[in-house]
Amino acid sequence: MNHQVVSVRVYAAVFCALLALTITTVVVSKLELGEFNFIAAMTIAVIKGTLVVMFFMDVRRATSMTKLFVGAGLFWLAILLVFLLSDYLSRGWHPSLRWL
Amino acid sequence: MSTTLPFASTETHPNYLNVDYGWRSWLFTTDHKRIALLYLFSITAFFFVGGGFAVGMRLNLLTPEGLFSHDTYNKLFTMHGIIMVFFFLVPSIPATLGNFLVPLMIGARDLAFPRINLLSWYIYIVGGIIALTAVVEGGVDTGWTFYAPFSSTYSNTHVILAALGVFVSGFSSILTGLNFIVTIHKMRAPGMTWGRLPLFTWGHYATSLIQVLGTPVIAITMVLLLLERVLHAGLFDPTVGGDPVLFQHLFWFYSHPAVYIMILPGMAVISEIVTCFSRKAIFGYTFVAISSIAIAVLGFMVWGHHLFVAGQSMYASMAFSFLSFLVAVPSAIKVFNWTATMYKGSVSYETPMLYAFGFIGLFTIGGLTGLFLATMAIDVHVTDTYFVIAHFHYVMVGGMVMAYLGGIHFWFPKITGRLYPEGWAKFAALVVFVGFNLTFFPQFVLGYQGMPRRYAHYPPEFQALNVMSTAGASILAVGYLIPMIYLTWAWRHGPRSPQNPWNAKGLEWEQSPTPPPTYNFEHPPVVTEPAYNYSGHEKEVDIAG
Amino acid sequence: MPDSEIMLPSHEPELQHHFDDSAQQLESSTLGMWVFLVTEIMFFGGMFGGYSVYRNMYPEAFASTSHFMNVTIGAINTGVLIFSSFTMVLAVRSAQLGQKKALIAFLVLTLILGCVFLGLKYVEYHEKWVDHHIPGPGFHYADPRYFHQAQILFFLYFAMTGMHAIHMIVGAGLLTTLIVMAARNRFTATWYTPVEMIGLYWHFVDIVWIFLFPLLYLIGHTR
Repeated sequence: MNHQVVSVRVYAAVFCALLALTITTVVVSKLELGEFNFIAAMTIAVIKGTLVVMFFMDVRRATSMTKLFVGAGLFWLAILLVFLLSDYLSRGWHPSLRWL
Repeated sequence: MSTTLPFASTETHPNYLNVDYGWRSWLFTTDHKRIALLYLFSITAFFFVGGGFAVGMRLNLLTPEGLFSHDTYNKLFTMHGIIMVFFFLVPSIPATLGNFLVPLMIGARDLAFPRINLLSWYIYIVGGIIALTAVVEGGVDTGWTFYAPFSSTYSNTHVILAALGVFVSGFSSILTGLNFIVTIHKMRAPGMTWGRLPLFTWGHYATSLIQVLGTPVIAITMVLLLLERVLHAGLFDPTVGGDPVLFQHLFWFYSHPAVYIMILPGMAVISEIVTCFSRKAIFGYTFVAISSIAIAVLGFMVWGHHLFVAGQSMYASMAFSFLSFLVAVPSAIKVFNWTATMYKGSVSYETPMLYAFGFIGLFTIGGLTGLFLATMAIDVHVTDTYFVIAHFHYVMVGGMVMAYLGGIHFWFPKITGRLYPEGWAKFAALVVFVGFNLTFFPQFVLGYQGMPRRYAHYPPEFQALNVMSTAGASILAVGYLIPMIYLTWAWRHGPRSPQNPWNAKGLEWEQSPTPPPTYNFEHPPVVTEPAYNYSGHEKEVDIAG
Repeated sequence: MPDSEIMLPSHEPELQHHFDDSAQQLESSTLGMWVFLVTEIMFFGGMFGGYSVYRNMYPEAFASTSHFMNVTIGAINTGVLIFSSFTMVLAVRSAQLGQKKALIAFLVLTLILGCVFLGLKYVEYHEKWVDHHIPGPGFHYADPRYFHQAQILFFLYFAMTGMHAIHMIVGAGLLTTLIVMAARNRFTATWYTPVEMIGLYWHFVDIVWIFLFPLLYLIGHTR
């Protein structure tokens, strides 16, 4: 923003990392890893997203308020997805699970 | 006949109202105060349109066989709900009083993004026109909840137009919320720390958080509904593998927090009124401030209580039920703290305070009945009955609309530079209170006795209570019309108001002229004292009129 | 005191009247853009939610439809968008340094890459149209067991990628505006806020794709 200009090298390094991760995720997706395919793909996506947010969007050097808003946005997305899926995933639960 | 008070000037200084004339100076304004008035007039118009549908409904319900066909009745309750929820309740206090007062209360010259503020009004009007087109073209009959697959597949009314109107109006809400959040963070005057903010501002901040986080989800839900209606891919159609419950989840993810968008600003107004008319600082400022945030956050985690009988898993329902109990706690804290504020305060009964009393009592009743509904074992019996209808009208009409009227009266002198006639105002408040309770209390009984909602006809044993309810509604309608008349009259012919007729604390009263100039303050304010710094010794100015 | 005599801070050309100084204005713009991006997270989130529900409900149909996703185009497009984020961030950097020519060059490059993305998207959509995989009256699916479920899943595919594409198109429009503004010397090393803000928007649209790509194209092949 209004502080020090980031060097091209840093941006280029992030760019290369993102490309490498993209290639990785495609390669991994061709392997037969069962449930782990999903976890691997999402983990790589989260890493890529984090790199873009931290470096390209400069949240790394941003104010705490900005970081709080980014975190809040992700938290609210989590509320939506977790609570939504909790309904569907718990429908098949055994009715005798009374300890829940 | 004009009343001249010794301390009011008979000549008015340049202010935001007289700085410029002509329709262009209004329709292209970026002054938050003028935009607030643009919203005030449009929102009032929608209120009466929505009210008109309610009149139709209550007339129909005078007799068990009804007046209208089932299809027509379905359209009446749908349009009543859509207009009242999306075009009246959601924008009401934030877009009018919030827009007008937030910059004044924090010592700013305007909101952070004045042009976006104007844009948000334009968007509201466009959304409103689209919705009214749906009405004029023949209406919608899905209920304001647009449940699929009826709305997506089977209804043959103007669902697309109505959904589009809702979709568009959502952006107005988002932009207002965005503007308030940035303004409150970045534009507070020197010395105006978060801990000195008026609770009106805290309430609007919390409301804005909900607007920004929740409204996008109903936007996408309307988009999916629109696409489904056009393409019939089966997204919500169970005959082809779609899930109608998914629609309900996505719809209520916004629509439940939406009710907090509607009530938090009302609570914000009450905090201002109760302190002023008790001549006392709020009891437990921090708790009241944080309770607004708590309601905003917890309010996002309870939407499943609308799906208890929809086929939602029992375990998810239990979690949602528990969280719904929790969300009542911060609201209760506010009620306790308002009461404690009045205790040993110097209470007076001007019109705004009458509305505040009404709010506190009626909101409490409405809120408590919400707890009954949050209890699954009770909900399975009273869901989709008049019990639910009574519950939400108690909080929305007995609560929110009373707060809105209280706020309009409280800040009327600030906004217009005039005083309203106190005698008529008190009378109208009483009529509203009586009319409201007569309309909606019988509905608790009806619901408990099993009368379903959204039915054009009903068994004859329910008629007596329905007649009572309709009688109440006619009284309530009169109660709403009376202020329309005297407020309009007072704006032009009322006595000029002194700078601070209520002797209230707050930057908007103490440091900004009445009415304010375009940039709000003659000198940039600096804040040195906490909010509500009433000493208890000043008597408010007597402005009997 | 009349309105006209009220003291307003004497201001630099780009400072708006209601702000006290440029720092406040910049901080407000930045916070405002982030709040807007949070609304976009929730907007796309609703669709991701619906998508998760149906994937969970129909795993076999999902595995079946995933064979029709063009991984090659998807992967190339991912690379294109990442490259465009790189050029965008270099554009912002050029603005910070007051380098007008470089700023315009990088903005143009970003715009071109965005158009490449949209072009490849069009190719993909055309492929789907030829295969009769566009939901609606013309929908057709090879495996009759999954006809309805596939239609729902393709509906979500088009809703999500389509909404993303719309955001790209808006972004392209915004980039064009920036290019015109830069050409007209509107930006200096002390004021280039629109470049920064639209940069944030562009990166966000990139991030949405970073998640769309594996979810829609990569997972489900191996079932």
